[in-house]
Amino acid sequence: MIDGSQILVTAGIVLAFALNGAVIFTILDVKGASWMQRRPGPLHVGLRGFIFPLAEIIKFFQKEDITPTNVDAPVFKWAPAYVLASVFGLFVVVPISPTLVGSDLELGVFYLLAISSLSTLGVLTAGWSSANKYSLMGGIRAAGQLIAYELPLILSVVGVVIQAETMSLVGIVEKQIEFGLPFALSGQGLAFLIFMIAATAEMMRVPFDMPIGESELVSGFLTEYSGVRFLIFYIAEYMNMFVLCAVASTLFLGGYHVPLLPPEWVNFYGPVVLITKTVLLGFILVLVRWSFPRFREDQLQNLAWKVLIPLSLLNILITSIMKVVF
Amino acid sequence: MDDILNTGNVPYISEASVSVEIETEDMTLNIGPQHPSTHGVLRLVAKVDGEKISSVEPVLGYMHRGYEKLAEVRTYPQITTLVNRIDWVSGFANEIPFIAATEKLMEIEAPERAKHIRLILTEMARIASHFVFNGAYALEIGALTPIFLAMEDRERILDLIESVTGGRFHPNFNRIGGVKPAAGSGPTTKKNVQDLPAGFYQETRDAMEKVLEAVERMEDLVGGNEVFKARTKGVGIISKELAEEYGVSGPILRASGVKFDLRTQTDFLPYDKFEYEIPVGENGDCYDRWYVRLLEMRESAKIILQAIDSMPSGPLQTKVPKVIKVPKGRSYVRTENPKGEMGYYVISEGGLGPYRLKIRTPSFSNISILPVLLEGQLLPDLIAIMGSLDFVLGDVDR
Repeated sequence: MIDGSQILVTAGIVLAFALNGAVIFTILDVKGASWMQRRPGPLHVGLRGFIFPLAEIIKFFQKEDITPTNVDAPVFKWAPAYVLASVFGLFVVVPISPTLVGSDLELGVFYLLAISSLSTLGVLTAGWSSANKYSLMGGIRAAGQLIAYELPLILSVVGVVIQAETMSLVGIVEKQIEFGLPFALSGQGLAFLIFMIAATAEMMRVPFDMPIGESELVSGFLTEYSGVRFLIFYIAEYMNMFVLCAVASTLFLGGYHVPLLPPEWVNFYGPVVLITKTVLLGFILVLVRWSFPRFREDQLQNLAWKVLIPLSLLNILITSIMKVVF
Repeated sequence: MDDILNTGNVPYISEASVSVEIETEDMTLNIGPQHPSTHGVLRLVAKVDGEKISSVEPVLGYMHRGYEKLAEVRTYPQITTLVNRIDWVSGFANEIPFIAATEKLMEIEAPERAKHIRLILTEMARIASHFVFNGAYALEIGALTPIFLAMEDRERILDLIESVTGGRFHPNFNRIGGVKPAAGSGPTTKKNVQDLPAGFYQETRDAMEKVLEAVERMEDLVGGNEVFKARTKGVGIISKELAEEYGVSGPILRASGVKFDLRTQTDFLPYDKFEYEIPVGENGDCYDRWYVRLLEMRESAKIILQAIDSMPSGPLQTKVPKVIKVPKGRSYVRTENPKGEMGYYVISEGGLGPYRLKIRTPSFSNISILPVLLEGQLLPDLIAIMGSLDFVLGDVDR
């Protein structure tokens, strides 16, 4: 039986996990940047740069929360909360051990993919309500990008679902344990690659950060935001990055499982294993972010429709044939 | 339902067509004067249809400081201070054509050693300017790392310029008839002539090694990047004819395949003593403009290394009167600035200062090509094209 207090406790734990994820990835991103760019600040200042996220948060709280005159005020004010809530919704189904999971839904993957595209709506409304041409273009770019990356994202996961014969995330991990190899190494390597590329586009990170594009659109849909509302977008961005990496490690890299450790202790080492895998994936994203320029919007569309979607369809075909043959 | 299908106007559904044209109109987008990619205060009034640009009109003058007019009420030595500030990214190179035009009117010539020092500092200014371009261009395309590396590398060059002239951006180092006795080398006595600071040669050699390394790294990090190639190759092509028609100069002209470099034609600085190549592009697109500048940095470093090795000894200044008066006459001297062709037209009526000073700056002529180049391009390409022209607003508006 689920009562109200249990839901509250679960939500609290998931929220703590989500915020910690955001903090971990902020540190990772900033430290990666300063390591690659020889910036002394975040590497040496303040406990070797580890209190940097705290300083960042305090900085945003000090700033004035400006609502410009001509904006559509209710939409403008609620858009960040909407984005944060939709990203938070993703955390609910990610299992950090077989039992430590917000809710092990039967249709976990389906839920995940449905929720993950919701945040774009928040970005679009933020761009639209800002009463700024640059913001509007940023919002519309985000919407256009959604159509481009959402299909390869979904299609790449279909291969995993076929191989695992379940849509529950815990079930997918258990299947990988049963099989002995993570899906990334046993048939879904291509899908893993496509998923990561599409997920980068979903996170709006370099090289797919066209909706933000500070050198073109002056930060796009974020232009008019300041103070706490900007901070919420910022946290949502890193939470999104964390959760998508966690989902990728669950679907393709065996999630909380690691060989040779006793399975009965999984509730203790599970979270550590999952976060380690997530951080490793995040580190790749950091390397990509700080070494690549930005694509053009039409180049992303070309990449998605002419390369990623055919490849993921091919992946589904091959997976299905293998499933029938073996 | 039947009524709708049987109106008789449309006999078959397959022949029906949407006759309503959605009325759209272009949106006017003000890019600048405050925009991170306009290098200061350039304003572009763009008419955009979605992301596509239908027309663009540059609006200049936000940074007009009236240097041509100010020069009329100043003496010749004072004007070098002004012209430093035209293109602040390569301050030293701005002084050269003005000094050359004045010396030509006075019919004097600087000693060989002064000429060598001028040449070395001009090439250093070129390297510094191209470092800024390299970093900033990658930033505009969307890569954040190169600018940090480029700025750090440029700082070494600025340190060297500072050790000689005393100023990082505004050296104000040229004097009519030579260069200023260098800072940091002690007081002038009969035995001890103020000259380049101690250890300058070795430091320069080390710095040039670092420049060559940095060029290699930049070629790897930026030029070898597939996304960078996708964004710049075939974008914003300036054909040879178009480049000549619009009077663009410098690396932009050379990227379009015209081998024209004023360094080979000037006798004011001793470029003919050194061996160097003039990099020329093939396609005239953004990538070529970026690559030509990168190669120029390598050539400049080579020139500096040669100049250091063949530095003549001797005085730094020729004899000039204490109060400089320039005889009546006119002269025009143009030199190869890092950004293109820079020229000064000096009209003297025989007074302490010029009667009129006309400044031909490279950036102003170079961005005149923008409206032609940007028509029909996408908004991200606008940024890529604008960045590849490498202009400085002080140089446009002066």
